[in-house]
Amino acid sequence: MVGGTAGSFTGLLLTVAILRRGIVLQLWWIFQAAVTLEYSGVTRQGTMTIILRVDKLVKDYPGVRAVDDVSFCIESGSCFGLLGPNGAGKTTTLEIIEGVGRPTSGTVLYKGQPISRRFREEAGFLFQTTALQEFLTVRETLELFYKLYERTVPLQQIIETCALSELLQRDNRKLSGGQRQRLLLGIALINDPQIVFLDEPTTGMDPQARQNFWKLIDFIKQQRKTIVLTTHYMEEAQQLCDVIAIMDQGRIIAKDTPEQLLKEHFDDILLQIPQASFPFAVAEMKAHGIQEPCSVNGGMVDLHTRDVHKTILNLNRLDVDLSQLVVRNRNLEDLFLKLTGKELRA
Amino acid sequence: MRAGFRRYLAVMHARNIEFLRDRTALGWNLLLPVLLVAGFAFLFSEQAGETYKVAIHGADFPADPSAAQRRQYVEKFPLFAMKYIKFVRITNLQTGLHKIRHHRLDMLVSLEGGQRRYWINAESKKGYILERLLWAAETGRSAAIPAQSRYVKQVEQGRKIRYIDWVLPGILGMNVMFSCLFGIGYVIVRYRKMGALKRFQATPLTAFEFVAAQVSSRLLIILLITVLVFAGCNLFLDFRVYGSYLSLFVVFALGALSMVSLGLIVAARTTSEEYANGVLNLLSWPMLIFSGVWFSLEGLHPLARSFAQWLPLTHMIDAARAIMNDGAGLVQVSWHLLVLVIMSLVFLLFAASIFKWDRF
Repeated sequence: MVGGTAGSFTGLLLTVAILRRGIVLQLWWIFQAAVTLEYSGVTRQGTMTIILRVDKLVKDYPGVRAVDDVSFCIESGSCFGLLGPNGAGKTTTLEIIEGVGRPTSGTVLYKGQPISRRFREEAGFLFQTTALQEFLTVRETLELFYKLYERTVPLQQIIETCALSELLQRDNRKLSGGQRQRLLLGIALINDPQIVFLDEPTTGMDPQARQNFWKLIDFIKQQRKTIVLTTHYMEEAQQLCDVIAIMDQGRIIAKDTPEQLLKEHFDDILLQIPQASFPFAVAEMKAHGIQEPCSVNGGMVDLHTRDVHKTILNLNRLDVDLSQLVVRNRNLEDLFLKLTGKELRA
Repeated sequence: MRAGFRRYLAVMHARNIEFLRDRTALGWNLLLPVLLVAGFAFLFSEQAGETYKVAIHGADFPADPSAAQRRQYVEKFPLFAMKYIKFVRITNLQTGLHKIRHHRLDMLVSLEGGQRRYWINAESKKGYILERLLWAAETGRSAAIPAQSRYVKQVEQGRKIRYIDWVLPGILGMNVMFSCLFGIGYVIVRYRKMGALKRFQATPLTAFEFVAAQVSSRLLIILLITVLVFAGCNLFLDFRVYGSYLSLFVVFALGALSMVSLGLIVAARTTSEEYANGVLNLLSWPMLIFSGVWFSLEGLHPLARSFAQWLPLTHMIDAARAIMNDGAGLVQVSWHLLVLVIMSLVFLLFAASIFKWDRF
């Protein structure tokens, strides 16, 4: 957000200077603009303002390379998703970025500078596993973290945003999974962060709690805060993230907007029909004139087609029962399976 | 600086709340020393342990005499035949005299050299009776020489130190030790294991602020508990403190600081509660045995006595006893205080240098 403001401000200053003032004044304006940009610390790359830059990150544990030459940039104000199965290296990557883990090699720059005290003041964190101090109430926990930061938002605002009003006097130990995550999100937002790290925030939640949590994350997005989200729920990533990077075995194997990635890797639509709906064996598909690539997964036949209308007409002609037909676009889960060849939650 | 102090206060306050609301831990910290003191008060009350205690200073007195040795020694020292008197051997005359002064011995007899001597406390009733018994026993042996003239009588003076008065500093010191070592060591390891430390690490809170808050919280709580335990026990046992309460407080505060610092070393890196528990036991048990909690170090092997001087609990208890039992001031116990300060600094610096927030 700061980067965006700085960039617009610079442009405005330069335009005004060139159009209305003399050369001396123009130089003064340019100097001012440069100082403003430098002070904000946000680096520009093309039209993007980069808030976080990760370069050639490597993390080795005895006998295993958990993170292998990972590089990416995160645009200010965007929601960046780091996806992958358990053990892909995304939490390790995130911990190094957050400064709680040390890399074997590589660099992480926040607003063009190495991770420092300023980063801790301006970043919010929701870790995958965090224990809260026992015997403290929700209010006392919020007050504790409130006092750890120099810049904060009013506690009441956090309480309302994260729907914690009813829980303020409750002991931390007596919170449900969803309530606990809301409190942890409240703690992550208490310092009015410019960048928020959410490490698998909805893992273990029931569908209702997850939907509510997504609304909260969406609310944070609307405030133009940068979000770095790790998840192994593809639906979550597709709904929330502007840019995603898919990790597997410590490496980033794809990175772009979800739409662009899907467009790049798929040009077909998926038709799913129960195997029992076919009056003939799947192996005889081509013999019956169906040329579309097909496969069988868990009793369902997947047909990959570019012309849905034509394929359905063909199936109808062959007396295939289409009452349970599912037609859908390709999603990130398909993409991941295509790229890694394994189940996401393996 | 102001922000740092605010963070320090916030973490200390949270830890205080956590401890005070943990009823089981609080109850145990308050109840254990009271129960121990009450138990010892009963076991070593006048009614329960009524006996005469005579120390013999002499190399030829057998520590654990056989029947033959006993008969042989009666020839030399007829009082030895008397029943209901407990005889102990003592090698250091000054130690014996100190005990006579504090009524922890009823009589001290020296048969070394050409002159036989005995000491009693002028205010000790038991000493008076033992003196008469000694004379009676000597008269029975020979009527030719008056019994009184066979010994040189020497009189010591000093206030009576009951065992309970003597053991109280040890029990309080032991409680401080356990509470500090396990209270800080175990708690930080648990925080680290659960990920609470990692969460703090991601805030502007520095390791120094966090550690200082934990140390301060534990010190505050343990000193409060020690005062409460002392006052509570004093209600029904009427302790005698001959020195100043402020000096005693200083000794326990420095002792607690050294113990907390030692606990921090254990907690500085590990994530395993089992490992921390083992190390803390390894540290606390030698102190429990060699620091003079239950019995005086005077009778120990010289090597054991030297080893004890390296233990912070020894210095805390010795200084507390000197203040409570002998009325010593801070100047008299300055050596112990100096050792405790040095130990605290060394432990704290070492702990700070190896401290890790997380397992990385």
